[in-house]
Amino acid sequence: MKRSQILFGLAVLVLAGGALQANADDPMVVQLCDGKTTTTVDKNAPKTKENGQKIAADLMAQWQRSHPEANWIATEREKHAIVEPADNKDVVGRTQGQSYGQVTDRDVLTWQRETLAMAVHGSTVFHSGDQLGSTIAVSCDMCHPDAANTHAETYPKFQPQLGRVALLRDMINWCIEHPVRGTKLEPDSPNMRALEAYIMAQRKGTAMNYGAR
Amino acid sequence: MSRKFTSIETKHYEERDALFAALPKLGRRDFLKVSAAAVAAAAGSGVRFFPTSFQPVTVANAATREPFTFAYVSDSHLYRKDLNDRFVRSILRAVDDVNHLDPKPDFILYGGDLAQLGKREELDLGAEILKNVQQPIRMMVGEHDWFLDMGARWRELFGEPTYSFDHKGVHFVVLMSVNEKDFWTPRGMTPEQRMGTVAGLDNGIQSRFEVGAPQREWLTNDLAKVSADTPVIVFSHSPLYKYYKNWNFWTEDADEVQAILKKFDHVTVIHGHTHQMLTNRIGNIDFHGLLSTAWPWPYAPEGLPKLTVQMSRPDPFNPNDGCGDGSAAVSADGLVDKVYNLWNRNPIEVTSGYLASNGVKSVPAMPNMKSF
Repeated sequence: MKRSQILFGLAVLVLAGGALQANADDPMVVQLCDGKTTTTVDKNAPKTKENGQKIAADLMAQWQRSHPEANWIATEREKHAIVEPADNKDVVGRTQGQSYGQVTDRDVLTWQRETLAMAVHGSTVFHSGDQLGSTIAVSCDMCHPDAANTHAETYPKFQPQLGRVALLRDMINWCIEHPVRGTKLEPDSPNMRALEAYIMAQRKGTAMNYGAR
Repeated sequence: MSRKFTSIETKHYEERDALFAALPKLGRRDFLKVSAAAVAAAAGSGVRFFPTSFQPVTVANAATREPFTFAYVSDSHLYRKDLNDRFVRSILRAVDDVNHLDPKPDFILYGGDLAQLGKREELDLGAEILKNVQQPIRMMVGEHDWFLDMGARWRELFGEPTYSFDHKGVHFVVLMSVNEKDFWTPRGMTPEQRMGTVAGLDNGIQSRFEVGAPQREWLTNDLAKVSADTPVIVFSHSPLYKYYKNWNFWTEDADEVQAILKKFDHVTVIHGHTHQMLTNRIGNIDFHGLLSTAWPWPYAPEGLPKLTVQMSRPDPFNPNDGCGDGSAAVSADGLVDKVYNLWNRNPIEVTSGYLASNGVKSVPAMPNMKSF
């Protein structure tokens, strides 16, 4: 679950926290949106932004301790160099008055985070024989470190070995079935989409050249 | 009539004439060598070693050295055989290859990364398979053999990873070049996590490879007793130069090691790890990579040595393409011609002449499909 979603859920529950009160003298119990993590709060404490932040920080710290994989993006990025998506900062605040062009810093941040997260997810799959479903402990990075030599920009192209024009996903599936000895992925499955995202991300800046050998 | 097909007799007399033409140019010391060689040749041994050549450069060394070959198998990355049979089949194919070489190589170098995750059963399987090699075998260690138990099982099976030996007048040195500074203790990693990190080529958490100060001191001492005109051949798993840092196609203290080797007339470094045809020359040192039996690596996005003759991009539809084994022919001068025996392709030879001429002469076939 993404940090932004948790914070959003938390904000709702802090507001709803009062509903958990048994009587007027009990401390207030605030529950996180996971339905499990709670913290107690002096209900007479001033309702300042700082005190609210303390509650949020306490809940988040508890949640992170019980979910060490929650920092998967940072963990994966520390291991593997993943190219960042375009930052789009140049479109913020410049508009001809059209609603589509009303772009804020927050929009740009969301686009950047979500897009990068998909590529990072792809990197975890790419580097894991288990996630790829390999029966022989082989993962993509064993032949393609940093997704080198996957040349996403050359697809679609005719693959004589397949007898048809292949898309990138066709080659990914071919590799999963053969060198990796796994079961091919559904084209719209989360892992296939993420693999495509990672492989494309690593070729950022390369000119498209479909059909190239 | 074309003179393209010169008869053996004609060649013999041409070379004989060339020898006598060169004689007046020799100094006294060289002349004595030639004389000694001439005596040896008269006794018949010269005929065996140099059946077609009277060239002075060869004759000058004939009293002490003779040409020979050695072969190699490298980077097999074995898992347990019930987990992954593909890599087992590949190393068996390579063992079969080197056993069928004619003439027989004097010895076989195993270039490191016998195991994939340094496990006892992986190393034991590799040792068992390598028992089928008919010629003597010289072992080198790789990072995949090392970082689970820091070399404990490998040492039990094969002895110390750093050693030297002399063979037919050439001094050989085998280094353990894949030491890494401790990245695991501060992170509280288990041995399995440490090995898993090192096993990922593009995993940036690990440190860079290094020979390290103690081994550099050992190397200095080992080479102190070797004369500068003795050919030296160094085996190291990582390339002893700086090619691409992110994939540890790199040795952090390469410059210091090269400095130790600087005093020799001819040095050749043969290295594993890069799973590709790879050639370099820095000063007096020629560098040649080894092929893997398990899988080929792509060329790195930057830092590729200028003299490298790339192998054409491997066919993804053929799991053995871009893999293989090979051999090296060492001339009487101690110069190395390296043969890449690429499975399913014609072998490619990168000669010392190609390197000495800075890539002008004896140029091997160039690739039509380069790495992207």
